[in-house]
Amino acid sequence: MLELRNLACVRGERRLFAGVSQAIPVGQLVRVRGDNGAGKTSLLRLVAGLSEPAMGQVLWQGSDSRQVREPFQRALVYLGHASGIKDELDAVENLRAACALADEPVADGAAVDALSAMGLGGRLQLECKVLSAGQRRRVALARLLLTRKPLWLLDEPFNALDPQAVAQLAAAVGRHLEAGGICVYTTHQPVEIAADNAAELTLGARA
Amino acid sequence: MSAPLQAAAPGKVLAAQAGAGAGGMFLAMLRRDLLLVYRRRADAITVLVFFSIVVSLFPLGVGADPALLRPIGAGVVWVAALLASLLSLQRLFGADYADGTLEQILLSPQPLALTALAKVLAHWIATGIPLALMSPLLGMQFGLAADALWILTVSVLLGTPILSLVGAVGAALTLGLRGGNLLVALLILPLNIPVLILGAGAVDAAQSGLGAQAHLSLLAALLVATLMGSPFAVAAALRISLD
Repeated sequence: MLELRNLACVRGERRLFAGVSQAIPVGQLVRVRGDNGAGKTSLLRLVAGLSEPAMGQVLWQGSDSRQVREPFQRALVYLGHASGIKDELDAVENLRAACALADEPVADGAAVDALSAMGLGGRLQLECKVLSAGQRRRVALARLLLTRKPLWLLDEPFNALDPQAVAQLAAAVGRHLEAGGICVYTTHQPVEIAADNAAELTLGARA
Repeated sequence: MSAPLQAAAPGKVLAAQAGAGAGGMFLAMLRRDLLLVYRRRADAITVLVFFSIVVSLFPLGVGADPALLRPIGAGVVWVAALLASLLSLQRLFGADYADGTLEQILLSPQPLALTALAKVLAHWIATGIPLALMSPLLGMQFGLAADALWILTVSVLLGTPILSLVGAVGAALTLGLRGGNLLVALLILPLNIPVLILGAGAVDAAQSGLGAQAHLSLLAALLVATLMGSPFAVAAALRISLD
């Protein structure tokens, strides 16, 4: 399980948020809410370990995630605004490179299956620079169909997706939660995700 | 190697998997970067054209007198190699930074220093080796003798990985800064002076009959020392740049 303990984030001179605490048990879906600039992305980056909190700790299975960096990163999938898709590579090459980097190597066949499931079947051989924003997003999200990592941090995963892809992604998140995963995400869109255990974390309410 | 993952089905088991290990990820990263260099080969070719033009300007500017050109040949080739290597540094992490891949690299369970080393190695294969292969051809414009050309090639081959390793630290430190290009030059060029002195000195020593072995041994020692330290410095610099 994941626990945020008294997290604070300072960007430049400005304090974005402070005193964020939340215990997130296995199987829980957490939606991070907040206005633009409230610090949603900063919170996810901080939980992922990409930036240091001004105060507080992120606990993974009871230990500080910065102290158990390797097992924590082995358990973590973080998908940010920039989806890490290379223009010059095709969808399969992109997906395989991303999975290899996460130390979950996939075979060509599995990558093709996942991309076809995301509705990219006919476009696997095209360099990603000719794909639309939504299609590139789908390439990045296909990783979620392949990974077995328990902790998902998704920053605006529904951006640029059409309703069909939104539903597919919501279903994938639902399956992940059912299997005992944790998902923390941000979105401004009203999306229904089937979850037995859902929570919200609101930033900037007290400011 | 673990079995390749299957597309996730309901009821999959969530667990942190032991993947292909550090070596597998190193090779995957290297393969990806070389594939990207190949797809963007115009960039790599630009660097080589720049190199050959800079070197060729000197015989045109100084005059075609062999007595004048022979002593400066090795130095000119080395300075041009230094500048050409610098020219290609911005792309080492720049593209990965812009498209978000660098975040994924930082979050990889494998050691960051190792990933950095894979990227530096790809950079050297794409720029350093072609520069070394071109140097004897360009050195001929300066009337260098065959054995001097041979020493020149070896010294560039030994020296360019140092340029890539040291340059990677500068590139990582200046990520996302405006005017980062110029800043890298200011940071890196002074640090590369020893490489320049040893590299060009090796050829001079060979020409004057002293033998280049001392210079080349020092260059190799410098390479080993940089190889030990640079990946860790790059890793630390990347973490700072992305915070």
